[in-house]
Amino acid sequence: MYEQIAANKRRTIVLLLGAVVLLGGVGYVLGYLYQAGPAGLVIALAIAAFMMIGSYRYGDRVVLASARAREVTPEQQPRLHNVVEGLAIAAGVPKPRVYVVPEDAPNAFATGRDPQHSSIAVTQGLLDEMNRVELEGVIAHEMSHVLDRDILVGTIVATLVGAVVLISEFFMRSWMWGGFGGRRGNDRGGGAAEAAIFAIGLLLLILAPIFGQIIKFAVSRQREYLADAQGAMLTRYPPGLASALRKIAGHSSAMRSANNATAHLWLNQPSRIPGEQTSAMEKLFSTHPPIQDRIKRLEEM
Amino acid sequence: MIAVWIAAGLVAIVLVYGVLLFNHLVSLRNRTDNGWSQIDVQLRRRYDLIPNLVETVKGYAAHERELFEHVAEARTSAIGAQGVGDQAQAENQITAGLRRLLAVAENYPELKANENFLALQEELTATESKIAYARQFYNDQVMRLNTLIQSFPSNLVASAFGFKPREFFEIDDPARGPVSVELS
Repeated sequence: MYEQIAANKRRTIVLLLGAVVLLGGVGYVLGYLYQAGPAGLVIALAIAAFMMIGSYRYGDRVVLASARAREVTPEQQPRLHNVVEGLAIAAGVPKPRVYVVPEDAPNAFATGRDPQHSSIAVTQGLLDEMNRVELEGVIAHEMSHVLDRDILVGTIVATLVGAVVLISEFFMRSWMWGGFGGRRGNDRGGGAAEAAIFAIGLLLLILAPIFGQIIKFAVSRQREYLADAQGAMLTRYPPGLASALRKIAGHSSAMRSANNATAHLWLNQPSRIPGEQTSAMEKLFSTHPPIQDRIKRLEEM
Repeated sequence: MIAVWIAAGLVAIVLVYGVLLFNHLVSLRNRTDNGWSQIDVQLRRRYDLIPNLVETVKGYAAHERELFEHVAEARTSAIGAQGVGDQAQAENQITAGLRRLLAVAENYPELKANENFLALQEELTATESKIAYARQFYNDQVMRLNTLIQSFPSNLVASAFGFKPREFFEIDDPARGPVSVELS
């Protein structure tokens, strides 16, 4: 477990350094194109620093907001709160904040930067369909992510990738709709700017599969098995989670708030298409081991 | 000269290792204490729930007087218990009494439909499982602490600074699988 925590810290640093180098590079190229010299690099680095601090401090809120999760009180959800508190005691960590996501598909995720600042969110579907033992299994899995600091890496990946996706969409759209100075045909700088924006958009588009790989590097599938095993150690009852995963596998509702930037955080890979396990694009970002395999491993414990 | 340096280096290594072991022992002892206070919090929570639960059941099953008295007695003796072993003994009494109480409740459909009773039952189930989890955490820490105190070379540091092995919190509970007090 301590090796896991150390490995997660290393991963976080590598990720953040990678983001700085990438943004710095883009800033440098932009500055060069606009003949602004090192100003581009400086601005990009400032943005990178801002993003890093932001994703560290506020990443959990961004992730929770993007999933449209609402915090619930113990009075509203006594069973959920009780289960979370019980497993926090078992893991020896402070009780995380508890959120509910208004989705029918049963799923859950944990986020935050350390066990002192952690949150666990579950979907309404999970609350409706799971009995207490299954709920305990699911929450124990999430609690293991909290314990191992998986949540820090996962949250930073989600916010960084989310930001890149936003920026790339912004550039692609501004190119397609000819905004961003493109209309000013008689402006000589306009052509250069348009070309640069097009180039960046294209670059980010090409980079998308690479980001998929980055996510896989940062949040290896091995960790899901590990959290399953550790969760079973917390509840001392592997069939609980196995039964929950079986219910999830049998469920075909889509998740509206699922996206590629946060897919890796969820208990099981969320799908936006009902009835289909994963689309081609989602396979690219496939961050979870096959659910049947996870069930099998739990049953063998 | 070199021999002196080597000797000084060895002494330094031993000292640093000793300090690390000492700190490890201290942090384990604190975790054990923390684990015990977690158990204590949950046990108290259960003491507070018992009178409410008894009152609610009484309203529907007044003639089970003997059972109510048994539970109340077990509660009193548990509150007064000293030491880990005694406490565990007393808690077993309470757990057994509560199991019977809930089994009795099973025979009264109106009671089972009572909202207050259902809320108490959820609280009780949750508290039982929190006690189990707190016990699990505490016993894990005790095991790690005791292992460190008994094994070489940490036993030298432990005995020099008076670290004592702790007692496990044992409860003769049937295997904790699906929480067995859950009725519905």
